[in-house]
Amino acid sequence: MTPLLQVRGAGHRYGLRHGCRDVDLDLWPGEVLAVVGESGSGKSTLLGTLSQRLGPSEGSIRYRMADGRVIDLGEESEAAVRRLWRSEWGFVHQDPADGLRMHVSAGGNVGEPLMANGWRHYGRIREAAAGWLERVEIPADRIDDHPTTFSGGMRQRLQIARNLVVSPRLVFMDEPTSGLDVSVQARLLDLIRGLVFDLGLAVVVVTHDLAVARLVSHRTLVMKDGRVVESGLTDRVLDDPHAAYTQLLVSSVLQG
Amino acid sequence: MSARQAVYNIGYLDEQTKRMIRRALLKAVAIPGFQVPFASREVPMPRGWGTGGVQVTAAVIGEDDVLKVIDQGADDTTNAVSIRSFFASVARVATTTRTDEATIIQTRHRIPETPLSEGQVLVYQVPIPEPLRFLEPRETETRRLHALEEYGLMFVKLYEDIARFGHIAKTYDYPVLVGGRYLMSPSPIPSFDNPKMHRNPALQLFGAGREKRIYAVPPFTSVESLGFEDFPFEPQRFDEPCALCGSTGGYLDEVITDDAGGSMFVCSDTDHCERTATRSGTESATGTEAIA
Amino acid sequence: MYVAVKGGERAIANAHALLAEQGRGHPELPAIDPAQVEGQLGVLVSRVMTEGSLYDPALAARAVLQAQGDVLEAVTLMRSYRTTLPRFGYTCAVDTAGLAPQRRISATFKDLPGGQQLGATFDYTHRLFSTPSSGADVPDRHDGSPDADDPAMPRVADLLGVGALIEPDARPGQDAAEPGDLTREPSVFPMSRAERLQALARSDEGFLLGLAYSSQRGFGTTHPFAGEVRVGEVEVEFDAPELGFAVPLGRIEVTECQMVNQFTGSAETPAQFTRGYGLAFGRSERKAMSMSIVDRALRGAEFDERVASPVQDEEFVISHGDNVAATGFVEHLKLPHYVDFQAELMLVRKLNAEFEEAHA
Repeated sequence: MTPLLQVRGAGHRYGLRHGCRDVDLDLWPGEVLAVVGESGSGKSTLLGTLSQRLGPSEGSIRYRMADGRVIDLGEESEAAVRRLWRSEWGFVHQDPADGLRMHVSAGGNVGEPLMANGWRHYGRIREAAAGWLERVEIPADRIDDHPTTFSGGMRQRLQIARNLVVSPRLVFMDEPTSGLDVSVQARLLDLIRGLVFDLGLAVVVVTHDLAVARLVSHRTLVMKDGRVVESGLTDRVLDDPHAAYTQLLVSSVLQG
Repeated sequence: MSARQAVYNIGYLDEQTKRMIRRALLKAVAIPGFQVPFASREVPMPRGWGTGGVQVTAAVIGEDDVLKVIDQGADDTTNAVSIRSFFASVARVATTTRTDEATIIQTRHRIPETPLSEGQVLVYQVPIPEPLRFLEPRETETRRLHALEEYGLMFVKLYEDIARFGHIAKTYDYPVLVGGRYLMSPSPIPSFDNPKMHRNPALQLFGAGREKRIYAVPPFTSVESLGFEDFPFEPQRFDEPCALCGSTGGYLDEVITDDAGGSMFVCSDTDHCERTATRSGTESATGTEAIA
Repeated sequence: MYVAVKGGERAIANAHALLAEQGRGHPELPAIDPAQVEGQLGVLVSRVMTEGSLYDPALAARAVLQAQGDVLEAVTLMRSYRTTLPRFGYTCAVDTAGLAPQRRISATFKDLPGGQQLGATFDYTHRLFSTPSSGADVPDRHDGSPDADDPAMPRVADLLGVGALIEPDARPGQDAAEPGDLTREPSVFPMSRAERLQALARSDEGFLLGLAYSSQRGFGTTHPFAGEVRVGEVEVEFDAPELGFAVPLGRIEVTECQMVNQFTGSAETPAQFTRGYGLAFGRSERKAMSMSIVDRALRGAEFDERVASPVQDEEFVISHGDNVAATGFVEHLKLPHYVDFQAELMLVRKLNAEFEEAHA
């Protein structure tokens, strides 16, 4: 058995400067990995590198596909990567406007990935969309409304539904809760945790908020200046941090 | 100073240009529905008035050809007249208004009612060749979507129509999938005409001069109008016959006859109307005198 | 009784006769000779040549007359004639440093080798109507001013370039290949800078002016300085392969503008000035200046600049700058669209009926 994602020496450069470098990690099916760090630590660059949203990168990133084949993402064509995007991966942006079509109805937003995957029965597309809206707690009568009329929390839940409707195996999340009010955050995290558990998703979630890591992730990776300074089981990392930087990070949260 | 003569080549376009366009056409025929970029030339009519169709016609026309030009289905609309007389003067070819006699038919917005046959060429004037343009304005992005065959976006538009109106609300320039691969704009023909494109024995060529693209549907190629299994494509239908020739099953134009809401429906295809009327001894849409 | 609209042919002939009549003006007044247009409306002729992409003042003057003063019609005439002309080859790059300017100004240096030379310009004229005259009275020129030809008049950009304070004319490897020809080969986005400059040279003066203005007002900030504007005649040479040396074909009048913009530098490049370039036929100062601002704005990607405004967007600028395309497509709305309108009419009726039914 090989991991879903096997990363060795991964890095990405902006000109001469490294956004992130020398990252090793394994991600197993059903596992949630949190990447934490301050802004500028390279965690979003790492997410972009893993998900192939950024250009050429260093190191190797191997992915085990649904059919069992293991591919090196850096060597795949754009078409192959886009196919993964359509059928096996999801990406939840911090700002829902980046991941939704704001002037397409909620149903259309959730239905689009299905249509992109060849669904051609309107009734079934709509049924699937309605089912997902219910799962993310968006009232059924809002199915034909545009996300522009939704609250921030609803938009984020809609973005999650749009990502999960194709039953992806791997979902990348970039600060999925940080644009929201604290009360809304808690509810959304709860929802994410439930969905991830029910669907057995593998997730890489980037967050600056240790509470998010604590609540949803199995393992945590701490980044600083583009490098991984510590990684391990989330409870171990947060309760018994080894690296000086992690200790500082954890204590600052406790004091704050 | 005596005025110099400005001299133009036979068929207007220079021979190098004709060869360049023919190469683009060959590529277009080889990849049905794919938009081939070409170095579109200026022609002596304004952009948007059929400059793509004129270049395609100029590149394929020969001295044995018989040319028919229609605009809105009619041979005698001013733009059709203008383009026909242009070719009559610069290419010295025979012209006709009869669909069955023409070897090349240049058209804007219609496909003739008379079925086309093998050996005929239908040249469409195309304003916006990119079917995804109004969903995604960027050429670099739409090119990628075609390359990767990512057409989900087009179906979103159809989905939204059904969610809102209960049916697809696109009546012309209705998107088609050619040869099971490329999404294509049929040019702004009414959806009524779409079924005629499917497995048509004639060669269908499309020229977009302003947008610098050429594409083609070779004879007997599948042209599928998009739809859902439970909301399939439905071309528009007319309930009444043509008020002039009495024929049914053709596309009709509504003509306002008075200022009290009175109107009548007549054939948009004037050649079809005229010949149906001749056969049945009635008056046709072209058989009457001008008010222009 | 309904009467079908027929007889397009006669309608067209009549319309053309009417147009000719209107263009002739009062029949007792003399018709304008193209030579008069060429001589007295030189700025207009310049614009028609530039956007028509054909240097031929006599033909441009005829186009202006035939188009009854409609610039875009005249440009269309020029272009659709130009495109049929056989292509023998491409001339050598013109040497604008060697042109003897009749006008040369720099806003960046008070004085510079070769000096400032005001030349023929509307600048500093008072825009007051002058008394109508027979046209024969041209004021005298006072000779002895710096108008006298100065052989050494290096380009300002080259002066700065000596100290590496400004980017070189071309970076190593940038467009090293022969530039493509926009009018002969299909162009696709993204374009090379050479192709972009070709497109900008043909672009509508008003469109480029508006874009350049927008960038000065903050929609894609470029902070330009007019490094140099020069107007004069350059020699055009053709490198005939069978001869092995360049043969002069003649002289053409051009306006050249180099805008100088500050660039704060990046990890790889020290801070230096960057350039935008504009070149137009004849006396076309506004066009050359606007073009150079837009050229620089479109180079955002080269300098890792944030691309957020229309003027920085290559597809937006290049796709919409061609006035022959723009005017044709806007005006094509005059053509009949009744087939499509009929289709829409039926749809709206259907939607209305469904609405009434639902609300009955």
